[in-house]
Amino acid sequence: MAEKSHGAPTKGQTGAHTEADGGHHGGGFPPFESTTFASQLVSLVIAFVALYLIVSRLALPRVGGVIDARQNAIESDLAAAQKLKDESDAALKAYESELASARSRAQAIGNETREKLNATSEAERKTLEDQLSAKLAQAEKTIAATRETAMSNVRGIAADAAGAIVQRLTGVLPDGGTVNSAVDASLKG
Amino acid sequence: MKIDPIHQFNIEPLFTIGHIGNQAIVFTNSSLYMFIAVALTAVLMLGGGRQLVPGRFQSIAEISYEFVASTIRSTAGSEGMKFFPLIFSLFMFICVSNLVGIIPYTFTISSHIIVTAALAFLVFFTVLIYGLYKNGFKFFKIFVPSGVPIYILPLVMFIEILSFFLRPVSHSVRLFANMLAGHIALKVFAGFVAMLGVSLGTVGWIGGMLPLALTVALTALELLVAFLQAYVFAILTCIYLNDAIHPGH
Repeated sequence: MAEKSHGAPTKGQTGAHTEADGGHHGGGFPPFESTTFASQLVSLVIAFVALYLIVSRLALPRVGGVIDARQNAIESDLAAAQKLKDESDAALKAYESELASARSRAQAIGNETREKLNATSEAERKTLEDQLSAKLAQAEKTIAATRETAMSNVRGIAADAAGAIVQRLTGVLPDGGTVNSAVDASLKG
Repeated sequence: MKIDPIHQFNIEPLFTIGHIGNQAIVFTNSSLYMFIAVALTAVLMLGGGRQLVPGRFQSIAEISYEFVASTIRSTAGSEGMKFFPLIFSLFMFICVSNLVGIIPYTFTISSHIIVTAALAFLVFFTVLIYGLYKNGFKFFKIFVPSGVPIYILPLVMFIEILSFFLRPVSHSVRLFANMLAGHIALKVFAGFVAMLGVSLGTVGWIGGMLPLALTVALTALELLVAFLQAYVFAILTCIYLNDAIHPGH
């Protein structure tokens, strides 16, 4: 049997060892039993070549592919996010400049309107003032005229009254010229 | 009852595959665990989904991939990625088989020097052949460090050459000895529990709590060692390959 050539059983050395089973070789130290080397080497070559082929042909490409795909997905996602951020930044900038220009335009329109309104109201005020001063001048003239008339009437009345008083006191109707000059003098004083 | 910490390393023949000359080639428990490691690695790397947002299973595959890839990039540069499948296979094969080996009643492939030596020589010859193929005779610059005074250069070269040829030895023995010693220690402490219990009765079972606690702690340590030794093996492979890629360091 093949098993017989595979390590020489020497039961004596294990002494009272009772758990020995059929496959136990007793003998020396198993790792140094050179009879087992060839079998182990053949198995190792087959197993390791199989493992190498599995690893190099299937496992590493597969796992590496998954990791690469993930890396690519992350990078493209980050790039997309960066692009969107840039776009939103640009939009924000455009909005802000639009807002600023609209604000300055509004200010310009406001200033213009205010100046125009100021000018109009100034002009209206001027015409109104002119009208008013003209009316005032006319009114003053009227007042002066009325006053003149009134004053001349007063003079007449005063002369008449003076004449009448003198006549009553003296019984003599005074001379009109004298009365007039006397009234004038009194009015002046 | 006797503790036999060596029993776990026995090679148990399962069936004969054939003969090479006089030597019978047998499918053993070691072979079985090699193929278990290959199958587990395949399931791990191929069984996960391909989601954009990975699940737990897919994450393990991706973390393994990224872990080995970043190890290579940091030690051998991006040119080292040529050897990604090789280093990944080495790392996963050793790591998975070591982790499986911690489960009680299982077999640890890398507790056999022939296996670790074969892997170490695979790396050694890959470095040697690729280094010569890529750099020609410039490859031998790795034995001549720059900036060394001429009168001690022969000595330095001798040491460099010796260390180069001792690499597969240290590379393989490190892994082999770590796994072997760890499993022996585990077995010895676990054996104490049963031995105390059987020989001393109740007092023994209570006394056995101490080695039991130690066994638990050692198992945790062995988990770390299982991963760490696979990592050390992979990173040393990267460093050796770096010599082949950039010999004029």
